[in-house]
Amino acid sequence: MASDAEHIVKSYENELNRLRGLIANMGGMVEHQVADACDAVINRDTEAGTQAVAQDPKVDEAEREIEQFVIRLLALRQPVAGDLRQIVASLKITSDLERIGDYAANVAKRSVVLQQFVLPYTLTGLGHMSRLVQENLKRVIDAVGVGDADEALEVWRADEPIDQIYNALFRELITYMMEDPRNITPCTHLLFIAKNLERIGDHATNIAETVYYAVTGEPLLGARPKGDTSAYAVVRPAHD
Amino acid sequence: MSTTNDSAVRANIGAMEAKSSEALNALRIAIKNVDFYYGTNKALKGINLDLPDKQVTGMIGPSGCGKSTLLRVLNRMYDLYPGQRAEGAVMMDGENILDPGVDVNQLRSRIGMVFQKPTPFPMSIYDNIAFGVKLHEKLSKSEMDERVEWALTHAALWGEAKDRLQASAMGMSGGQQQRLCIARTIATRPEVILFDEPTSALDPISTLKIEELIDELKHDFTIAIVTHNMQQAARCADQVAFFYLGELVEVGTATQMFTAPREKRTQEYITGRFG
Repeated sequence: MASDAEHIVKSYENELNRLRGLIANMGGMVEHQVADACDAVINRDTEAGTQAVAQDPKVDEAEREIEQFVIRLLALRQPVAGDLRQIVASLKITSDLERIGDYAANVAKRSVVLQQFVLPYTLTGLGHMSRLVQENLKRVIDAVGVGDADEALEVWRADEPIDQIYNALFRELITYMMEDPRNITPCTHLLFIAKNLERIGDHATNIAETVYYAVTGEPLLGARPKGDTSAYAVVRPAHD
Repeated sequence: MSTTNDSAVRANIGAMEAKSSEALNALRIAIKNVDFYYGTNKALKGINLDLPDKQVTGMIGPSGCGKSTLLRVLNRMYDLYPGQRAEGAVMMDGENILDPGVDVNQLRSRIGMVFQKPTPFPMSIYDNIAFGVKLHEKLSKSEMDERVEWALTHAALWGEAKDRLQASAMGMSGGQQQRLCIARTIATRPEVILFDEPTSALDPISTLKIEELIDELKHDFTIAIVTHNMQQAARCADQVAFFYLGELVEVGTATQMFTAPREKRTQEYITGRFG
């Protein structure tokens, strides 16, 4: 439940605003990082790849700063109700954002290897997947900023299409590897890249669940829509 | 977050709340549609509140909201003041204690009260305890000695008092005096104890000792505590009732009230956005 009223003690209100600002900043950094990493893979943009990797220590530093600030708030302000939920949610969200940043940096590093290969297949599927992931990430970071539980619920539901694309990519890449051993190195890296994007999507969903609870006080119950079946996937060559 | 994990998490929180919700079915006092007037000023409006047996009900709210007024309805303290009256019913053991036919002295031995400022009698520690008991029971010297020891032990004061029972109570520290008042209250074996801001005049350590005591006492007594200190309500109470301008705005378990209150006014008060 959002509160329109401000705290009687202005410094407390200012601190909560500062926390919101720190999270928004970190969210923005990570959004750019993911965009740069995807550019590095899909458009072979070396500069973008370098940016994505260079951003990672700054994202880690942001997480540490937010963590320290949250601990201070808990100790000194003894928050309750909506304030407590918001402050604890910030701790969880910053951890998810930091992991997203790590995955983005990993994707960017792998893009460097990929540039050594001429790929005989297009990256349309991966491009589509990366757009969906970036869209979800943007929506959930916006939901964090304004405390929008409805938008968070929508993002929570929107993870399944990403999982489905990942399943298809998984099979496709294995097929290329079976066809020609020269495809194994680039396809393995592409597999990891696709998996990292899928994990970014999962972390965005985590953030959505956290926002929903922080705003409404109700946990998002029920099975999270999950579509990743790659753990069970078997691809057999056509001639077997 | 899978469904299995959700159920496990909910089961854990549910287990912690389970004792509360079971006991909530066993009522000690049922406050039904109580209005209260200071002259023509209506200070309480249609209060409906159940006090569960052997649980702590915390009452919070800004100054002038009526929480102390309600406390004083429960043991008919307002009888002492002309121009103050209560309407409605307060049911205990099938009897409406607001009924004019009720013996208020007997009532006040069943429903005891501890005030904000410790009020020891200018007597010895022993006599402070014995005084109230003598009004209601005829005990031999050894029975009275036992009762005094029992009361002081259950008020966590026996160790400090046992070697100076004949010393004046006025020589004790604030925290000790307050525990003496608690001992004095429980000596008559009440069923209910009312606390009106019992620790606001005490230092932090004495406060925690009283809170620990309340935790112990609730095994044997039903407790209602009015407090300005919301952290205290969060720590001590099983059930919390929020009052505002003479109305009961919301009541719920302490966990629910302090993590996800339903009413906006409750949220705003407990987070310090108004008061």
